Amino acid sequence: MISLDRFCLWLEQTSLSQVIQATSWIVPSVQTVHILALATLLASIFMINLRLLRVVARDQPLERVSARFLPVIWWALPVLLVTGAIMIIGEPARSLKNPLFQLKMALLLAALALTAFYQIGLSRSRDRYDLAKRGGGAALIALPSFALWIAIVFCGRWIAYY
Amino acid sequence: MWFDPGLKWLEATTFATEIRENEILFPWVESVHVLAIALVVGSISILDLRLLGLASLDRPVGKLTRDVLPCTWVAFAFAAVTGSLLFSAKAGGYAGNFFFRGKLILLVVAALNMALFHAFTTRDLDRWSANARPPMAAKVAGGISLALWIAIVAFGRWIGFTLH
Repeated sequence: MISLDRFCLWLEQTSLSQVIQATSWIVPSVQTVHILALATLLASIFMINLRLLRVVARDQPLERVSARFLPVIWWALPVLLVTGAIMIIGEPARSLKNPLFQLKMALLLAALALTAFYQIGLSRSRDRYDLAKRGGGAALIALPSFALWIAIVFCGRWIAYY
Repeated sequence: MWFDPGLKWLEATTFATEIRENEILFPWVESVHVLAIALVVGSISILDLRLLGLASLDRPVGKLTRDVLPCTWVAFAFAAVTGSLLFSAKAGGYAGNFFFRGKLILLVVAALNMALFHAFTTRDLDRWSANARPPMAAKVAGGISLALWIAIVAFGRWIGFTLH
């Protein structure tokens, strides 16, 4: 892909990229914020999924657990995107052309679509995912969600090695 | 230093050599470590924010602890095992690294903070568990914990940039 090559070369030459490359503390600081935002998002995902599977907070309605943790996901996401973008600007070719980065973004889109699907479904029918009332639906959300987010974390770490 | 022979022995063990020399194993162990530490920090911060009176106010502290802490401990076990494996692969390098040493000290302080909280502050938990604003001692414990875990992540990330 010649155009992606040229875009990476152009991005590398921008003054912002030069600053990121030349300032040694920027990348580790940005990565720290990225991991902290990831921790926030992941713990929220786990709480919702574990509640869907009735492992935790069984005495609390699903919509209250979701009301506590779903907004956290959508607040952590822009932090992850901005810090991720700074890392990309600092090293465009190593990220954008990396198959694991591309896979990570595809998985991210799937995970976000699943989260949005769950959120919309929940707002329309409150007991839709309640395992006590109906079977199956909760696990069909929770298990793919676990798998997608764990895969996203793994891809993120592997970008550095590929 | 006095522990140098121990580090050399550790680095020479079969699994340490395997992790160091197998190009695929190190990132796999690292990935599990990142996932585990993210879950430790993320889940603990849910409790810390509750103790600070900032979030999950509709859930009593006692119940939230039972929701969250098992996840924290399982994740911590994974983080400790994978962390030890990563350490063994380059024991000498890590042992002399400022940020690695700092991270261990911060972990000990975090453990002390948690132990003190459970030993003293939660003695009368039943009286304040459902309160939106926990007593000052609980707030302080939550604040210290949050700050320590943020620092632990930062130190951990800096190890990767300063390890030789």
